[in-house]
Amino acid sequence: MTEMKKQSPREAFGQTLLEIAEEEPRLIVLGGDLTKSTKVDLFAERYPERFFNAGIAEQNMIGAAAGLAASGKIPLAASFAVFITSRANEQVRAAVALPKLNVNLVGTHAGLSASQDGSSHQSVEDMALMRALPNMTVLAPADAHETKLATRAMIKHEGPIYMRLPRHEVTDVVGLSGKKEFVIGQGDQLMTGDDVTIIACGTMTAEAVVVAQELATQNIKADVLNMASIKPLDEKLLIESAQKTGKVVTIEDHTIIGGLGGAVAEALSRNHPTKLKSFGVNDVFGESGRTEDLYSARGLTAEKLAPEVLKFINK
Amino acid sequence: MTEEEIKKIEDLANEVRAETLKMICRADSGHPGGSLSIVDVLAVLYGFKLRHRPTEPKWPERDRFVLSKGHAAPALYATLALTGYFNRNLLATLRELGSSLQGHPDMNKTPGLDFSTGSLGQGLSVGCGMALAAQIDSRKYQTYVLVGDGELQEGQNWEALMFANQHKLNNLTLIVDDNGMQLEGPTENITDLGDIGEKMADFGWEVLEIDGHNLAQIEEAVEDAHGFAKPTAIIANTVKGKGISFIETANEYHGKPLSEDELLKSLKELKND
Repeated sequence: MTEMKKQSPREAFGQTLLEIAEEEPRLIVLGGDLTKSTKVDLFAERYPERFFNAGIAEQNMIGAAAGLAASGKIPLAASFAVFITSRANEQVRAAVALPKLNVNLVGTHAGLSASQDGSSHQSVEDMALMRALPNMTVLAPADAHETKLATRAMIKHEGPIYMRLPRHEVTDVVGLSGKKEFVIGQGDQLMTGDDVTIIACGTMTAEAVVVAQELATQNIKADVLNMASIKPLDEKLLIESAQKTGKVVTIEDHTIIGGLGGAVAEALSRNHPTKLKSFGVNDVFGESGRTEDLYSARGLTAEKLAPEVLKFINK
Repeated sequence: MTEEEIKKIEDLANEVRAETLKMICRADSGHPGGSLSIVDVLAVLYGFKLRHRPTEPKWPERDRFVLSKGHAAPALYATLALTGYFNRNLLATLRELGSSLQGHPDMNKTPGLDFSTGSLGQGLSVGCGMALAAQIDSRKYQTYVLVGDGELQEGQNWEALMFANQHKLNNLTLIVDDNGMQLEGPTENITDLGDIGEKMADFGWEVLEIDGHNLAQIEEAVEDAHGFAKPTAIIANTVKGKGISFIETANEYHGKPLSEDELLKSLKELKND
């Protein structure tokens, strides 16, 4: 098998914003003293008249974005996931989601990926917070290529939308390299099998593929679904797969409460109750550590996941 | 303003007060005190100063108005109805199920509302975004944000004050309805804001202080605010419950509706003015 490249989804996001900026003059970008970290610095350098650094004041940044949207602009506000979705949560609720405004929210360093910065900067609950808001769309693209497509889909989408991105580089996902368009509400079938359904999003999709490859060596065939659109969720794809395999596994870099695992549990129990095992952060905060050490400690690497998935299948 | 113009605005304000109290009484729910304190400012803006088209509420060149203290919505609804945005019969539906007049402003339901508010302390940030959009496109509209003094306890306001100063949003006018009271009592006894004007000047704003019930002073301040290189804050000294003596002296009317008897008494007092 050919070794897949590792790329930065943040970088892909920043580059794509630049491309979109040319086609979409209404696009205005707001940063919160994390311009470089969120990669909107590329946009800021090229389009200084359309970039505003709101400083370390996320609540005002979200309000200003809402005012821009109410005036016909297409604002995008970027910060760390934790500051967009937790610090400014009520601003997102009252000034963006409730009036259903066309505001694009991008949270980088999502999940445990702020790694060595520790739990204050990690965001294990952002998808749950955003998913609970009416009118809000939630995306977690899997790799750099899908991030490019998702960024375009996000800007094109009218209405409140949140996209989370990791800090670190992610291995390109085999089944996504040919993806041409990101359709909100549509998942991707990456591998096909009858024995178990493995659903992942964000950085965990690449791990899910490796888990499935590992299972294949033991003659267990997994249906692998990439669910980068957490809300709306591709329930059709999910249920069809669950009907086929009768066993579902979710993997996410997020608390297992209210994110991908939560969304899948809700959809399955409503439509087709199925045995489910959710892997993610188990209702705890993160801690400091090197990226690979931290994910491994939390059991979120293919190496750690594969035997656990196997246990679940054989139960 | 000419005497005739002042008389016209006075009449509008009087009528807005009457409709506001009727609405709240009928709904048996709402905020009379803080609604009455902003009526004169609203009357001057909507009756005289704003560049707006009530029959074309989304006119792109209109001046923007954000009522950050969203609980004063009844006064704004009455003003919008009386200046031609919608039929005044609608006012009787305030806070009822299915009404376009929500308890707090909903821009997607009420014609003429430029933003949805209710959660305090957020309007000035939104106004910053609107003023910024105007500057990016070299549009001439002015953005007005009306906040209560109590809600200045929300830190987001001070983030917005810094942002407006940083980005030289001189097309943004902040009006502080400084009635000195909040739900649970005098602002200075709860979390004292000190000298609001001085603080805002320290934040780089031009500051004007006026009697918020003197129509000529309101008009003049709103006009003057256009001429500065910096964003302008108009500190309007007001009286919570202004116009109805028993509401002026009892802060319990912050969020307590009037009984039928109290309404009749109030309407009589307004007529005698």
